Amino acid sequence: MTEFLQQLINGLAFGSILALIAIGYTMVYGILRFINFAHGDIFMLGAFAGFYLAPKIAALIPLPSIAGTLVVLGISMALCAGLGGLIERLAYRPLRKRPKLTVLITAIGVSLFIEYAGQFFFGAAPKKFPDILPVWQVTRIGGLSLNSNQLVVLGVSLVLLLALRFIVLKTKIGTAMRAVSFNPEAAALMGVNTDHVISFTFALGSALAAAAGILWAINYPSIDPLMGILPGLKAFVAAVLGGIGSLPGAALGGIIIGVTETLVSGYISSTYRDAIAFAVLILILLVKPSGLLGKKEIEKV
Amino acid sequence: MKTWPEQFLAAAAAMLVLTGCNKPAAGPDASADIIKVGEFASLTGSEATFGQSSHHGTQLAVDQLNAAGGVLGKKIQLLTEDNQSQAGQSATVVRKLISSDGVVAILGEVASSRSLEAAPICQQNKVPMISPSSTNPKVTETGDYIFRVCFIDPFQGTVMANFAGKRLQLKNVAILTDVKSDYSVGLTKFFKEGFLAAGGKIAVEQNYSGGDKDFNAQLTAIKAANPDGLFVPGYYTEVGLIALQAKQLNLAFPMFGGDGWESSSLVPIGGAALEGDYFSTHFSPQDTTPAVQAFAKDFLAKFHEPSDAMAALGYDSLMLLADAIKRAGTTEGTKVREALAATKDFHGATGNITIDPARNASKPAVILTITNGGFQYIETVAP
Amino acid sequence: MNFRHAKTILLAAWGVSLLASLAASRINPYWLYVFYDIGIGIVMAVSLNLINGYTGQFSLGHAGFMAVGAYVSAVITNQCGDLSMFAANGIFALALLAGGLSAALAGLLVGIPTLRLRGDYLAIVTLGFGEIIRVLLQNMDKVGAARGLSVMHGWTNLFWTFGLAAVTVYVVAALVNSTYGRGFMAVHDDEVAAEAMGLNTTKYKVTAFVVGAFFAGIAGGLYAHSKQFITPGGFGFMQSITFVVMVILGGMGNTIGVILAAILLTLLPEGLRMLAGIEHLAGFSANRPLSWLGETRMIIYSLLLIVLMLARPQGLFSRKRNAPVK
Repeated sequence: MTEFLQQLINGLAFGSILALIAIGYTMVYGILRFINFAHGDIFMLGAFAGFYLAPKIAALIPLPSIAGTLVVLGISMALCAGLGGLIERLAYRPLRKRPKLTVLITAIGVSLFIEYAGQFFFGAAPKKFPDILPVWQVTRIGGLSLNSNQLVVLGVSLVLLLALRFIVLKTKIGTAMRAVSFNPEAAALMGVNTDHVISFTFALGSALAAAAGILWAINYPSIDPLMGILPGLKAFVAAVLGGIGSLPGAALGGIIIGVTETLVSGYISSTYRDAIAFAVLILILLVKPSGLLGKKEIEKV
Repeated sequence: MKTWPEQFLAAAAAMLVLTGCNKPAAGPDASADIIKVGEFASLTGSEATFGQSSHHGTQLAVDQLNAAGGVLGKKIQLLTEDNQSQAGQSATVVRKLISSDGVVAILGEVASSRSLEAAPICQQNKVPMISPSSTNPKVTETGDYIFRVCFIDPFQGTVMANFAGKRLQLKNVAILTDVKSDYSVGLTKFFKEGFLAAGGKIAVEQNYSGGDKDFNAQLTAIKAANPDGLFVPGYYTEVGLIALQAKQLNLAFPMFGGDGWESSSLVPIGGAALEGDYFSTHFSPQDTTPAVQAFAKDFLAKFHEPSDAMAALGYDSLMLLADAIKRAGTTEGTKVREALAATKDFHGATGNITIDPARNASKPAVILTITNGGFQYIETVAP
Repeated sequence: MNFRHAKTILLAAWGVSLLASLAASRINPYWLYVFYDIGIGIVMAVSLNLINGYTGQFSLGHAGFMAVGAYVSAVITNQCGDLSMFAANGIFALALLAGGLSAALAGLLVGIPTLRLRGDYLAIVTLGFGEIIRVLLQNMDKVGAARGLSVMHGWTNLFWTFGLAAVTVYVVAALVNSTYGRGFMAVHDDEVAAEAMGLNTTKYKVTAFVVGAFFAGIAGGLYAHSKQFITPGGFGFMQSITFVVMVILGGMGNTIGVILAAILLTLLPEGLRMLAGIEHLAGFSANRPLSWLGETRMIIYSLLLIVLMLARPQGLFSRKRNAPVK
């Protein structure tokens, strides 16, 4: 019983961090309808920004501390937001009127570029992410183990989810985002500056990826230039599972993937973990073809 | 506009013309004042950290040899090709090195699966190949032109099985294997055989895939099986995180593994969680042999980072080749092969190497422990 | 599009590749094997083009089918000892066929979920199938598990590679140019309308998957017998992406464009390798462990990919087809 509870905690902790990445993924997809392959690589750059910032911040605010972590997080998010906007301007915007699949190729190109350039500039060897956030063991009751970092991730995921829902549903820019998502041409005719909205969406998505990158690195303090590939893929799966474009769906998808993988590893066989996780995904999609919380799209004739 | 079949025919014809133009390159040019040595390595991609380390070691060896006047009075030119850590690329680049560049020998790779791609090509062309750190027995079984400077999985697996059973007095051991890596799977197999034969028990076997960061599920299951030790035959890229998470889950037994652990990146990531853990490797930092000490010092001076096992093996692969060429007095493939096979007591950066009849390096393993953030010598195990 | 001389051209392509393969011993082995890579790339890209380009489905698991073909054919030929040239080619043909059929069966399995899934959901399911195949192979001790499988015979030659590339091109072209094949494009342009016109869209989608997978299996067999060593990791998700890039860069649903993209994308990294070699010889990089171009080769490659797509968003070698009205 203790083992099962511990596995559940493990699964939730891993799942909530996948959820965090998936939320950013699905938001960009929901507005632009294209898979941003470079999302996982921005996530990596966020972690590396934190790695290079931390010693500089430590000179001003002693680390580990909550205030210091927030500063590192904030600057890293801002940097990646700017970078995300830049990538959108240079690599995606010129192809706005083209089929979505052409943008997919530039996205793959951007992703490969960031990875290879990362290996060139940062070096391929894994680096130790500095301890920026104080950690304490929350509970050891009955042999169960849970630490504050895992709770922080869960908390941040929830807060960001609510904040995003607020932005998308209640603010002016959020209304514009939904309008562009629904019909870009009509939105433009109604006076919405679509370029502006899309840039904003990208910057926001990239900031979320950076936040996820820092939180991931706090939990798994070994960072390398290819660290974004696997979480990126899993977050993509989570986003599809939850219904692409749906924010709560992405969070739910992340948790399901995390818990499934953990339970499969713990009880069935970690050898077949990835295969079983994908099999679960395929089964769910066969029953619900547009994901768990996705809207069923009615094709217009 | 031409129709598509006509265009296709034109393309096919153009290709034929192209292929006709390429004449096979001449073999090694004996009169030139350089000796061309080919190296294929994973310089980019998922295993770049291993490939770059190994390549740096090899490069250091070339620089040192050339500064000392070269081999047989000729400078060594190292031609390095990147295989992006991808399957299928090694076969292509090794063919290039042999047939277009005319190298006298091939060095590479870290991963056995990529060495196995290149080995048949070297064997067919009678070009000697030395793998720095592919530990799978199959690699040198390919043919009599294929050598290696590292020990093989059966030896290292047995060494750790004996160490766990006799020295650590462990009875019931859990294993955590990287199923994506043939190295890890091979070590697991031979450790298990040795440990079971000595009367030990395997409490539970768990797996992960190289690149994973979360091992809580596996470690929780291992904890539930209640073993008295944990064998992790993986690479340092994951071992640090495994140790950290084991500590968080309160796993109170020692961890031990193989030479994949040895890197300057291991302790910074694992930190205090690795204290008191053990691994087997090629040489000890406390080893006072001049070759070992000189390598560590020179590597640090050139690359501004500490050397690791891959770098030392990369270094030895080229030094062993140079030694064989000197003894053969020629760069001709068959002669170099014979000289390589006759290598005895070569003083390398990874200890004294003797090439056995199966063309594997026969050399002792050392077992180190991690104390106060450094590696500490425990014992030497002769082959 | 003119399809009248197709059979003549097919025979001519066979003749040319047969002659070329007889002259193979005169070709530098490095380039010879690069040509095999090109031929295999053409088979993969053209067959994927049937699924992604002509039928408008989005498959991210083509390397998985390739893996099935590679392993099945390799296991068959590994049973054989040294054979005469005639027997070897006969067995090889049968092994390739078996590999193709097994992959087609896998394609049928993947094709069935397409009954309900569309767009990115379909993409993720095909990606999932590809990964499942990889994980299964990684756990089969009989075929070497993670270490990989040595393939004893290097039977791939120019005749088989380019002969089969020609067959792939012929079959795909014949399919889409037939009355039957108009269905693929109808599904591509507007699935709902196609269905309303009484078209069995499911049948077309499954056919595309099965035929595409069959040729991917054949390509896998050619690959296995050219590299002579295969690992599960060699057929991962990134490998599938490579072929998707060929299809999109060539211009979806444009066979000639896709062929040229396959040639270009196989030669590009090798060309950059050659440039790096020239730089090395010219002595620009005497004091560096690797030449500068050697280290940045893949960075340049990814940048070129972006620039090519920005410069020719309709596909490098695109032709016009009446665009669907949406």
